Amino acid sequence: MTIALFLLFVAGTLGITIWASRSNRTAADFYTGGRAFSPVQNGLAIGGDYMSAASFLGIAGIIAFTGYDGFLYSIGFLVAWLVALLLVAEPLRNSGRFTMGDVLAARMRQRPVRTAAGVSTIVVSIFYLVAQMVGAASVVSLLLGVTGDAAKIWVIAGVGLLMIFYVTVGGMKGTTWVQIVKACLLMGGAALMTVLVLAKFDFNLSDLLGAAAAKSGKGEAFLQPGLKYGATDAWSKLDLISLGFALVLGTAGLPHILVRFYTVPTARAARRSVVWAIGLIGAFYLMTLVLGFGAAALVGGAAIKKADPSGNTAATRLAEVLGGGAGTTGGSIMLAFIAAVAFATILAVVAGLTLASSSSFAHDLYANVFRRGGAPARDAAQKEADDKGEVKVARLSAVVIGAVSIVLSIFARDLNVAFLVALAFAIAASANLPAIGFSLFWRKFNTRGATTGIYAGLVAAIGVVALSPICWGGASSTKPAVKLTATQAAECGVPANSAKVGNPTALFSCTAVAPIPLDNPGLVSIPVGFLAAAAGTLLTRRRSDEDTYDAFEVRSLVGSDAR
Amino acid sequence: MSDPRFAELRGRFRRFTFPMTVLFLAWFAAYVLLSAYARDFMAVRVFGHINVALLLGLGQFASTFLIAGLYARFARRSLDPLAAELRGEGSR
Repeated sequence: MTIALFLLFVAGTLGITIWASRSNRTAADFYTGGRAFSPVQNGLAIGGDYMSAASFLGIAGIIAFTGYDGFLYSIGFLVAWLVALLLVAEPLRNSGRFTMGDVLAARMRQRPVRTAAGVSTIVVSIFYLVAQMVGAASVVSLLLGVTGDAAKIWVIAGVGLLMIFYVTVGGMKGTTWVQIVKACLLMGGAALMTVLVLAKFDFNLSDLLGAAAAKSGKGEAFLQPGLKYGATDAWSKLDLISLGFALVLGTAGLPHILVRFYTVPTARAARRSVVWAIGLIGAFYLMTLVLGFGAAALVGGAAIKKADPSGNTAATRLAEVLGGGAGTTGGSIMLAFIAAVAFATILAVVAGLTLASSSSFAHDLYANVFRRGGAPARDAAQKEADDKGEVKVARLSAVVIGAVSIVLSIFARDLNVAFLVALAFAIAASANLPAIGFSLFWRKFNTRGATTGIYAGLVAAIGVVALSPICWGGASSTKPAVKLTATQAAECGVPANSAKVGNPTALFSCTAVAPIPLDNPGLVSIPVGFLAAAAGTLLTRRRSDEDTYDAFEVRSLVGSDAR
Repeated sequence: MSDPRFAELRGRFRRFTFPMTVLFLAWFAAYVLLSAYARDFMAVRVFGHINVALLLGLGQFASTFLIAGLYARFARRSLDPLAAELRGEGSR
């Protein structure tokens, strides 16, 4: 049943992709779907691009386990859209054509800024892709009820091949329609479950919360902040703040979100599509709140944890209970439907990421850095040939980036890679946002500032994680020793009663103490990114081209022929 | 462009968006800081099982919807006509 629905969705989206490919001719068609989407369509597609399986399954799971603390994610993910709406979407639409690199290159020296923008776009996308695909492997195998290593590898390869197909054949148009279909399915599925959950409590939110708190065994603490972000030590509180700001400032720097602003005809349409997206995404996160507490109240955290310790199955278990329970027809129909929605969610997000990163490779790196050293075309005929070649490279790089992500994900399939999503947001906030924000609004900002900011933000974000408890799991005052299972002790190479391990899933060593006790790098790397961009600008003698900025600023606010 | 109408457009845009950005970031920061450091306050029950933490969280949703709506209205009324006027002359 679940498999039939999966296949139905796959067949439907493949059909859409092939239909969309018939009108894919020029570079603008491939990168932006011909800029022909309406604000409502683009708003839905933004939602489809943004609401990942991590937020549907992940947040419902975190709320089901730790109650209120899961809500903090939802809020960060939503408030972030105001940055995109007020500061980024419209000027970006007016001043660029296809990628984030376009905006920087419009007022600075092409090659260095495009190289930096391309590198950071591809790094962010690949981290995010690996997180999604490894997540997909465990989620889909759980949903299909298959276990074992071979199943995981097949799921990763299958998801990867599908996303490569959507992007290379359908381009932006095909990918956008996949995201629109997914957004409708996800909103419909979540709304149905929300109504069913609330109906069980006579539409009384307070009763739902009370039932969830009672069943959690933690009482009212379940409804208060602090269960996940430890109530006691100072670092875990800083970690919470760090996470919050990475989420809020990162969204407007995520490459697959930025390219969505180019798919509409005008800046006004870009604004209206973000307003639509805010409505949809806000409604969705309010529903995840009900679903998470509903799963805690109706299924129970302990039962969910027994089936899968990551919590990713909270939403699907809830669906089964709402349909009538395990073994009933209603239960299995609901389970199959929500599992198919989750699968659609994963596919739409990975397709968006692949498209954004291959666009950036072809348009920023290949067309404007490598080919003829970035020299412009001599005449119209050469320009047309260039366009064709660029799209070919974009398709090819989608295949390569997809293949790289498949291989990386297969290697990382047993690691706990949830941190990669937070890392992608942190890099977007530390490397991309300073460069975009200063480009749009700071007259003096120059090439040196942009490249310094991007590279420093990137290195700082990755560097902090490399020194964090994610990589080094030794017990310390901030990471108290945990009780080890026999498998964990064997993997870490310590006796089962060892008190030296604070994080048994650390990537490098379970016993070495992490130099920086923060899981989320934003608190360090975001200031580093902004300060480096400012310092790079002020410390170099080469002045920014302020005349270019004046023309750029007019274009970014007034809009013009940016077709 | 030294057109005074462009300076006016930029002024209107920045006078709305910059303070508004500071405002919502400060309100979000206040919420996160309260979640981290004022847990007793956040735990106060207002009615039923609804506590301050939940109300402030829902308040973030409400303020996000409100600011998006205000900006959309402001841009439609105050920015779009002026930008259209400037654009009309630019293309001639």
